[in-house]
Amino acid sequence: MNSLNINNIIRFVVLTLIQVLIFSNINFMGSINPYPYILFILLFPINNNRTLFIFSSFVLGLCMDLFSNSGGVHAAACVTIAFIRPTVLKFAFGMVYEHQTIKFNNTEFGNRIIYFSILILIHHLIMFSLEIFNMSNILLVVQKTLFSGIFTIILCALISILFSTKQR
Amino acid sequence: MQQIINFVIRNKTFLLFLLLFVISLGLTIQSHSYHKSKFINSANFLTGGIYEGASGISDYFDLEDQNEILVEENERLRSQIFNSGDSIISASAKIDSISYNGRYKIQSAKIINNNYSSTKNYLTLNKGEKAGIKEDMGVITSKGIVGIIDNTSNGYSRILSILNTKSRINAQLKSSYHIGSLKWNGKSAATTVQLTDISKFAPIKEGDSIITGGQSTIFPKGIPIGTIVSFVLDISGDTYTIQVKLFNDMTNLSHIYIIENLDSEEIKLLENPIDE
Repeated sequence: MNSLNINNIIRFVVLTLIQVLIFSNINFMGSINPYPYILFILLFPINNNRTLFIFSSFVLGLCMDLFSNSGGVHAAACVTIAFIRPTVLKFAFGMVYEHQTIKFNNTEFGNRIIYFSILILIHHLIMFSLEIFNMSNILLVVQKTLFSGIFTIILCALISILFSTKQR
Repeated sequence: MQQIINFVIRNKTFLLFLLLFVISLGLTIQSHSYHKSKFINSANFLTGGIYEGASGISDYFDLEDQNEILVEENERLRSQIFNSGDSIISASAKIDSISYNGRYKIQSAKIINNNYSSTKNYLTLNKGEKAGIKEDMGVITSKGIVGIIDNTSNGYSRILSILNTKSRINAQLKSSYHIGSLKWNGKSAATTVQLTDISKFAPIKEGDSIITGGQSTIFPKGIPIGTIVSFVLDISGDTYTIQVKLFNDMTNLSHIYIIENLDSEEIKLLENPIDE
């Protein structure tokens, strides 16, 4: 339990720093940035108390807002996906999740991609619509969500493959 | 009472989510109104320190470009000095920069975090209140304008970039005195901004220069902004909306100058007299 906590704290700090110093400065094709810091929320251990989970997601979002000068945009998006995560888990993994035996390292790749994609797209949609905050620019919101979302999904999949420790 | 407590305990996750969501919504809305985003900004000890450390490394990769920009500026200033009639006397008179007799005080600083991909872009500077930097000072480079200081801490400050949908800057045509306000619609690339509210009687040509107008207390008159790429008449038919290509490369900024208008307090006091 204790090592799990330490593991999560390290993940929090490392993901925040990498996001702020590298991924926020990619600016692919002018303005497309990935946001793989939400891997912290995606890969948070499941059998845990939800209050702590939602609260730590909020703090993570607030840290991102501090660095990127965006008010409370990231915080709002992070809290939302942290709250709806159980529903999405149930949808993506089905029975395995019901039995509470799920380990991200041992799940099927396809299921994992579905789970990542849903949460990432919801996160980006909330984030960009709050950031732009203008109904007349809804096309811009959708466009940014799609482009950044695809970028983030690819990166998240790559990172989770790279750092997975398969134990069978 | 028991039921209320039971309800809270049963729904504590949802209530916590709601509370945190409302807090972040509040912060978002606050950040959309000018001059109110006080709490969550990158001009603080922690984020400023991290950005400064990182830019200390990445600056080395950019040294060649920055040197070139510096040499270009020196070249221009030198040619100004040598072409200003009585070269030797005026040159020595102009170089004496220790005493500030003018209205404007200039100091240099360095950008430690640049941002141009979102619709609300801010930049972070490595100087703050300790160096005498206050809100509402203008920020320029040797080529053109960058933005306005909008938040300061002890050692760092934040610039509201001209690539921010909140930014409004007074600008005018170089060839005539028609003024308008410079905005960014958030959609065009980081090289173009929009100049609105230029009267339909103004003589506009593609390729004309846009400079700052001396109407605000922030920027002195005549700082270059960009050139006209295209223009259309508004739906109302009274004013032009002009696409302006910036002289500055907003994606590659390092050394900048901060302009302080020493008379700004006096002017503000005159314009908004205190009610009695």
